[in-house]
Amino acid sequence: MLTSVALPVAFALVTAAFVFSIWRLLVGPDLPDRILALDTLYINAIAWLVLLGIHLASTLYFEAALLIALMGFIGTVALCKFLLRGDIIE
Amino acid sequence: MLILVAMGLLLIVTLIPFLGAILVAVLARLGRTHAAWAAGFTVLLSFGCLLPLAGAPFAGETIIQRLRWLPSVGLDLAFRFDGLGLLFALLILGIGLLIVLYASYYLSERDPLGRFYAYLLLFMGSMLGIVLAENLIQLLIFWELTSLSSFLLVSYWYPREEAHNGARMALTVTGAGGLALLGGFLLLGQIVGSYELSVILQAGDAIRADPLYRPMLVLVLLGVFTKSAQFPFHFWLPNAMAAPTPASAYLHSATMVKAGIFLLARLFPALSGTDEWSWLVGGAGVITLVLGALFALFQHDLKGLLAYSTISHLGLIALLFGIGTPLAAVAGVFHIINHATFKASLFMAAGIIDHETGSRDMRKINGLWRKMPYTGALAMVAAAAMAGVPLLNGFLSKEMFFAEAFSAATHLRLGWLLPAAVTLAGMFAVAYSLRFIHDVFFNGDPIDLPRTPHEPPRWMKVPMEVLVLLCLVVGIFPAQVVEPLLTVASTAVLQGPPLAHDLALWHGVNPALAMSVIALIGGGLLYWGRKPLFAFHDRHTEGLDAERIYNALLNGLFAVSGALTRWLDTGSLQRLLTVVIAAALVLGTAGFLGDPVPLTGRRPLLSVDGVSLVAALGLLAALTGVVVLHRQRLVALILIGAVGLVMALIFVKFSAPDLALTQLAVEMVTVVLLLLALYFLPPHSPIESTMTQRSGHGILAVAGGVGAAALTWAVLTRPYDSITDFFLANSVAGGGGTNVVNVILVDFRGYDTLGEITVLALAALGIYALLEGLRLDGPVDDPKGQPWDADVHPAIMAALARLLLPLALLVSAFIFLRGHNLPGGGFIAGLLTAAALIVQYLANGIAWGQERLPWNAQRFIGVGLLATALTGLASLLVGYPFLTSAFTHLHWPVVGDFELASALVFDLGVYLVVVGATLLILIRLGLLHRFERRSARARQGTAVSGEMP
Repeated sequence: MLTSVALPVAFALVTAAFVFSIWRLLVGPDLPDRILALDTLYINAIAWLVLLGIHLASTLYFEAALLIALMGFIGTVALCKFLLRGDIIE
Repeated sequence: MLILVAMGLLLIVTLIPFLGAILVAVLARLGRTHAAWAAGFTVLLSFGCLLPLAGAPFAGETIIQRLRWLPSVGLDLAFRFDGLGLLFALLILGIGLLIVLYASYYLSERDPLGRFYAYLLLFMGSMLGIVLAENLIQLLIFWELTSLSSFLLVSYWYPREEAHNGARMALTVTGAGGLALLGGFLLLGQIVGSYELSVILQAGDAIRADPLYRPMLVLVLLGVFTKSAQFPFHFWLPNAMAAPTPASAYLHSATMVKAGIFLLARLFPALSGTDEWSWLVGGAGVITLVLGALFALFQHDLKGLLAYSTISHLGLIALLFGIGTPLAAVAGVFHIINHATFKASLFMAAGIIDHETGSRDMRKINGLWRKMPYTGALAMVAAAAMAGVPLLNGFLSKEMFFAEAFSAATHLRLGWLLPAAVTLAGMFAVAYSLRFIHDVFFNGDPIDLPRTPHEPPRWMKVPMEVLVLLCLVVGIFPAQVVEPLLTVASTAVLQGPPLAHDLALWHGVNPALAMSVIALIGGGLLYWGRKPLFAFHDRHTEGLDAERIYNALLNGLFAVSGALTRWLDTGSLQRLLTVVIAAALVLGTAGFLGDPVPLTGRRPLLSVDGVSLVAALGLLAALTGVVVLHRQRLVALILIGAVGLVMALIFVKFSAPDLALTQLAVEMVTVVLLLLALYFLPPHSPIESTMTQRSGHGILAVAGGVGAAALTWAVLTRPYDSITDFFLANSVAGGGGTNVVNVILVDFRGYDTLGEITVLALAALGIYALLEGLRLDGPVDDPKGQPWDADVHPAIMAALARLLLPLALLVSAFIFLRGHNLPGGGFIAGLLTAAALIVQYLANGIAWGQERLPWNAQRFIGVGLLATALTGLASLLVGYPFLTSAFTHLHWPVVGDFELASALVFDLGVYLVVVGATLLILIRLGLLHRFERRSARARQGTAVSGEMP
């Protein structure tokens, strides 16, 4: 019963977060803003996938969410290292 | 089992030299003698395997052995063993053994003996493959293998310019001939309806009556003439003299060039007997015979003389087959034997002289008789055989040749020209043989020789002794020694009853004897008067030179293809893309013009929910952002990251979780890769084109995008059947896994995957090789002009990254193990592991990582490829086709039902290759800047110690 209310609300909120992240990604103004926006997009995507899994009562989507979490972290680390040092693998 | 071996004995005979080549290459590490013994043993073993069959041709049998090879295209691995095959196999193996012995003395300590023997055995196996083939396509494969392995032999001393030039020329000419031969064989197969020699040799009348006979004959003869150095393709042979002398002795006496002659003999019953055959084969033969002998006379290089003499003798044999009478063919076969023996020994003599004096120039080498009388005596006997002196084998076949040439053309107008030309060539042959004897062993004293000659080691002369003895024995007792072999070989060539021929020294006074006498006396006179002739030749060296025509043709080809490339590829990416997209647009639109079909199909559309709509709009926004902001490269990269993320979500939404996982992993690796490259590149893309150009490109891009979208729409709105259903139905039953994508990758299409990861491994190794030694300067400041951060490896990042490693590896193992049944598999798991390791390198540095990871990336790749290949071979061992998978389901406590498939090992190989390739590429790119970094760090050190502000 709870999910019938909570799910649409959660979907709406995550979708709003997605829109704002895309906005921040586009307007910047600076590189760290954009990197942060991308990282937030990753988190939004994870939330979406988990919500979808709950909605469809399936765990099939959780691996994708897990992978986004992992890969998102590594991508963000690489981008940050680039900002700091330029040469990311040294 | 024994019967099975006996059935495949000819295959074994052919394969032994190939396997021996590997053995020799390995054993050569232990030392030179090991290599020589292994090579000799290989030849003997192959010979021994042939022995049980050797009686059959003498009993009038032709052995045909057949193994299934590619039954789906009607090709069997079929071997044929008859008299001709026996003769050639004897020559190949017998002279091959002598060459092995000779080469171990000839090649110096500096020359890698193992490599020479490996090439020689490869070549030997290829030659055996030709002479023992029953199937023409199979024959052609070995034919091409002889071209390749002789390339390796000729270019053995590859740092020398003449070696690689000569090898390349030989390969180009014989390779082009091989292509023509393939065309000829295909036509022949079409005419006869079979590629089997047994059928073809019986179908001579049908072949000669076929309208395709002429083009087929021309193509086959192109192959023969290029291989056997017939005019006008003879020029590669003298250039191939850059090979080590043992190789020359082998290639140009008994084997390589004889392959063409062998084919003439082999196809003689099927193709000969027409005017076309006589004029083409006989014409090329007589021109080659005369010109080769003439050029041989003017060579100052010992091996050059022998090379042109070889060309001339090949012309002689071709002419005999061209004459086309059965007796001429017998004479041709006889001369094959005789030429092989005396020419091999002469090449060995030339090698010994070169070895002992350090020179091959006959103007310098004189009077060797006093220094090396024993070698001299052997060489003189062999040279006399080449000249056709009585009591030696060359005399007998030359007599038969003269007789055939005399009787062949008498009925033609101007028919006397043929005997005249043949006698003239005989005179030249006597003259150049005399020169080989007199100029080298007598004629005064040596002039400026690099070394003082003396007799070579005992065993170096043994191969020559054997061959010269053969020349003598055959020459004196032909009927007893060579008659049986010649009879079976001729029977096989003629495909008829044995022909009465009289091998005797004295046939009475007849035209052939007169021609012989004229040739001997005339040759002597010619040599005696050689000085004015040489002077004349030196003044008029310009002339018809096939080599120059070849070079002009080759240069022309290079010029044309170069111009074409420059016209197509100006180095402008915009231009290339414009051409490709415009062509796609024009062709794509043209297809729809005539036949109007509705864009939207009948398939009902899916409903759209709000979340998907927003995600799609976000994708479009990010894409637009990339287009607008693409000149700021890093910003564009971040935006592409968002695009990739939404794409992965779309894959999830449309039930392609495997694709989504792959997309995510590839996305991450791409970001790291591009970041590594961006460091060395300017942060902004400059504007290089005019506004007009950019608008044009913009219009084209929009048109292309709209076109692609319209096509996608049209396809997606129509119902369609694909092969998906087959895979869905067979995945569990045939591959033992419920994840169809993975079962396709590792089982149904395992061969493709094997190919793909091999390409991936090659690409990684290629990048490794390209970047080796490359060091680039990176920018000193960041794009805003501020200095880079001094903290090379921030502690928080390092600590977090280390925490991530076990977690990521666990996820990777999980994804790998369940891959066969649920989304995942070796490829994704490999990328995950690579990403987890890369982040360690990123956070802690390459040196840190390399200290802790004992395996380098190449080993990952190697082990992975081996694992995949061995899984495939394992299924061969138990009698299934390559890469058949086996699986079983186990029930484990706690874990539950667990499926164990051989495909898992295959997938493990895929995993290892992906890990290795990704690591190799990324770390190599990271290393580009290592040394500058260190010096920067060193500077930093001084800054900390307080000298700098």
